[in-house]
Amino acid sequence: MTITSLSTGATVEIRNLKPYYGKRLAVRSVNMTIAPNKITAIIGPSGCGKSTVLRCINRMHETILGARVEGQVLLNGENIYASDVDPMLVRRKIGMVFQQPIALRTRSIFENVAIGLRLAGINNKRVLEERVEASLRAAVLWDEVKDKLNQAGTALSGGQQQRLSIARTIAVEPEVILFDEPCSALDPISMLKIEELLLDLRKQYTIVIVTHNMQQAARISDNTAVFMVDTDDGAPTGVLVEYNPTAKIFAQPDDPRTEDYISGQVG
Amino acid sequence: MAGAKAQTTTNFRERLAQRTQHGDSIFWAVTLFFALAVIALVVAIGWVTWNDSALARERFGIGFFASSEWNPVETEVSPESFGAVPAIVGTLISSLIALILAAPIAVGIGIFLAELCPLSLRTPLSFMVELLAAIPSVIYGVWGVMVFAPFFTQHVAMPLSESMREIIPWLSSSQVAAGRGLLIAGIILAIMILPTIAAITRDVLTLVPNTQREVLLALGATKWEVIWLAVVPYARAGIVGGVMLGLGRALGETMAATMLVGNRPQVPGSLLEPATTAAALIASELINAQSLLHESALVLIALTLFVITLLLNLIARLLIWFVNRGPVGSVRA
Amino acid sequence: MSLKSSQMPNYQRRKVTDAIMRGLVLFATACAIVPLVLIVGYVVVVGGSALNWEFFTDVYQPPMTVTTMDMIGAAPTGDAPFDPNDPFANLDPEALIGAEAGDEKGANILEAPARGGVFHAIVGTLLVTSLAVLIAMPIGILAGVFLSEFPDNSVAIVVRFACDVLSGAPSIIVGVTAYILVVNATNPNTGQPYGFSGIAGAIALTFLMVPTITRTTEEVLKLVPEATREAALAMGATTWYSTFTVVIPTALSGIVTGVMLAFARGAGETAPLILTVLGSNVLVTGLLQPIAALPLVTYRYTESPFPSENTLAWGSAFVLMMLVLLVNILVRIATRNRLRTH
Repeated sequence: MTITSLSTGATVEIRNLKPYYGKRLAVRSVNMTIAPNKITAIIGPSGCGKSTVLRCINRMHETILGARVEGQVLLNGENIYASDVDPMLVRRKIGMVFQQPIALRTRSIFENVAIGLRLAGINNKRVLEERVEASLRAAVLWDEVKDKLNQAGTALSGGQQQRLSIARTIAVEPEVILFDEPCSALDPISMLKIEELLLDLRKQYTIVIVTHNMQQAARISDNTAVFMVDTDDGAPTGVLVEYNPTAKIFAQPDDPRTEDYISGQVG
Repeated sequence: MAGAKAQTTTNFRERLAQRTQHGDSIFWAVTLFFALAVIALVVAIGWVTWNDSALARERFGIGFFASSEWNPVETEVSPESFGAVPAIVGTLISSLIALILAAPIAVGIGIFLAELCPLSLRTPLSFMVELLAAIPSVIYGVWGVMVFAPFFTQHVAMPLSESMREIIPWLSSSQVAAGRGLLIAGIILAIMILPTIAAITRDVLTLVPNTQREVLLALGATKWEVIWLAVVPYARAGIVGGVMLGLGRALGETMAATMLVGNRPQVPGSLLEPATTAAALIASELINAQSLLHESALVLIALTLFVITLLLNLIARLLIWFVNRGPVGSVRA
Repeated sequence: MSLKSSQMPNYQRRKVTDAIMRGLVLFATACAIVPLVLIVGYVVVVGGSALNWEFFTDVYQPPMTVTTMDMIGAAPTGDAPFDPNDPFANLDPEALIGAEAGDEKGANILEAPARGGVFHAIVGTLLVTSLAVLIAMPIGILAGVFLSEFPDNSVAIVVRFACDVLSGAPSIIVGVTAYILVVNATNPNTGQPYGFSGIAGAIALTFLMVPTITRTTEEVLKLVPEATREAALAMGATTWYSTFTVVIPTALSGIVTGVMLAFARGAGETAPLILTVLGSNVLVTGLLQPIAALPLVTYRYTESPFPSENTLAWGSAFVLMMLVLLVNILVRIATRNRLRTH
């Protein structure tokens, strides 16, 4: 199942990816190609390994003690798991927004967004101000915070902090942004704001979003991957059961397990 | 059958409840009494040191803290007189030496244990640090007197004193051979407070939510940048608190100071000659006090030391509590 | 921009900084390990080699008594019996003048092998510390029960603060307090001060043990699941009944842990004992008079010019350190098991 695209943005190909926690295989070999400038949703019941797969895409999985990965992830054809690749540079190009809205404590709203730029060695005040403003505008947060950029980031509401996290991620201009259940800690109004924002961000970035909210996947994603828990050989292991355009997944899924899940019989 | 059984148990419970209906208020009163006893212990310390220092407070007033005369024995040339300056200077200098030497290293150990140490070494090493913090201070004193002082005097203090004679007078002394002084006491104090500061630093760093680390990692930060830009700022207040607890321990430490500072109640001209600290002065002179005034002056020094360490501990615990409480916005274990 | 190296202007610098700082942190840890290992190592090696059967079973014997006769060449001056508390009383000072290590006169003194032991100090430490634990236990445990059962009131906040103050206060201050309250207090029967005694030392140590026991008790009682408490209350038990029959037995091992830690802390404290029990060179079992204690033996014999007494100091330091380490390790094992079962 190849998904062609007219855009020239970053393509992510996952090849025989097998994430482990210690000796335990977390998800069976995953193969999927993530199209550029599209929103790809990963759905499935709890414990199916959807977040684990997402974290493998920017090498965050291995930062957990004892975790390791087999297989390949190609970013525009370049294997990010090659031995001479620096994971630090991979994460620079593939940003990530987490489940919990996180403002860095002891840092102002401005510094929360600027920190990635400062890491890159950009310390010119003018440049920083421009990039921070642009990122906050792109994250639709600018109007709410423009008068209090020096206040603590932790003083913002949950929804605002999540948009702050998005602003921080897009400030460093990645090619792909991974979202790990970005709305699960938010109220419905904040959630809708984030969803609008994601549809907007799709124009510039390749977006992968893990969600346990099927309606959300149906509303915003172009393609959807469905993961399930498989307990055939004793230990529960995640498995990719279907990867198709979202419209097809929700109308005529190929796999009966997908249908069961969509119709609420599983998970 | 089952109903009858339930009936008897109910009766039993009712009887029990009747018999114990006043139990809870007695229980409350008894535990309250002992809780108040804990408070009474603190009050006792304050009250006793306040009362028994009355004589010295009346005689010397605030001038006590400005006088460097300490003459317990009246002679024709020098009248009986007491001033706290030798004790204050000695305590502050030895504690500062300890803090300057120990704080950076101890914070480094805390960072190593919490962030960089391989998982298999983390638990045993952390436990070792806690064990070292529990070793009685007299043991550090024994080692200091029997092993470290001779070595240090021979190989460091004497050459240092020799070469600094013309350049930095306070690093040179004619009494360097005694092997006692503020520098050596400060070094032993530093070794003693290392485990204390390291253990607290490790504790507050492990309280930093993992999300704060992941944000920086996901932005492409190096391991050190994650530690320095996310973890340490988050726990900053707690680390400062740990350092202050270490300072409190150094200020009030008696045995290592008594054994290594030389117990000479004068403001020393050099870090290498015998001096005294507040705690060492009390330990060495109180039971041999020459007069009521002498005793009262020593108790006044004890009172001062108590108030200072109390304030330090209060501030330190507030800072550590501040980290424990976590930030307002992101609350996740 | 490739994934293998970067055009970011500061890329190399960041990599180098990362490596240097990680190296420095590792270096700091190594630096700290050196003196700490040296201290523990010296105590284990030198102190351990000072141990023998006599060390544990004999009381103090002055390094002089064997050699006094030889040196003076006659019976001690005067007919006074040998006083172990003052071995120099009958010594003819003339005999020592000019004595130096190595020559005939001094050889016996300065190279005398270690004799005697610290049985008196072990007994003294056990007596004083046990008495302190007996006084501190009811206060600490019941205050801890108060803190866990009635956690949110102004008294509880002040009690917690008092515990922090007590555990943070320099131990010499506690010694001063006990010195004034007990040692210097006038005995109404004799009109004289009570003087130094084991009891005074125990009271001083109580101040230091209470906060440990109180806070540990509070912590372990809080660990008892709320469901256990509620189950007892739902059966009609009153608060105190459920506390004493259900909550405290569940947390008993934890409370014992706190008491053991307090014992270990008290046994190692030296400064308060200098001002309260004074020390003694003979075996004393009464708590109303000056009594020996291991930390005091360690302190005083370290300062002694006689190598044989220094050896006793090392030995006592070894025993003290092992006591503290053993208790802490036991507590660690016990708490680990408790955490596992819950």
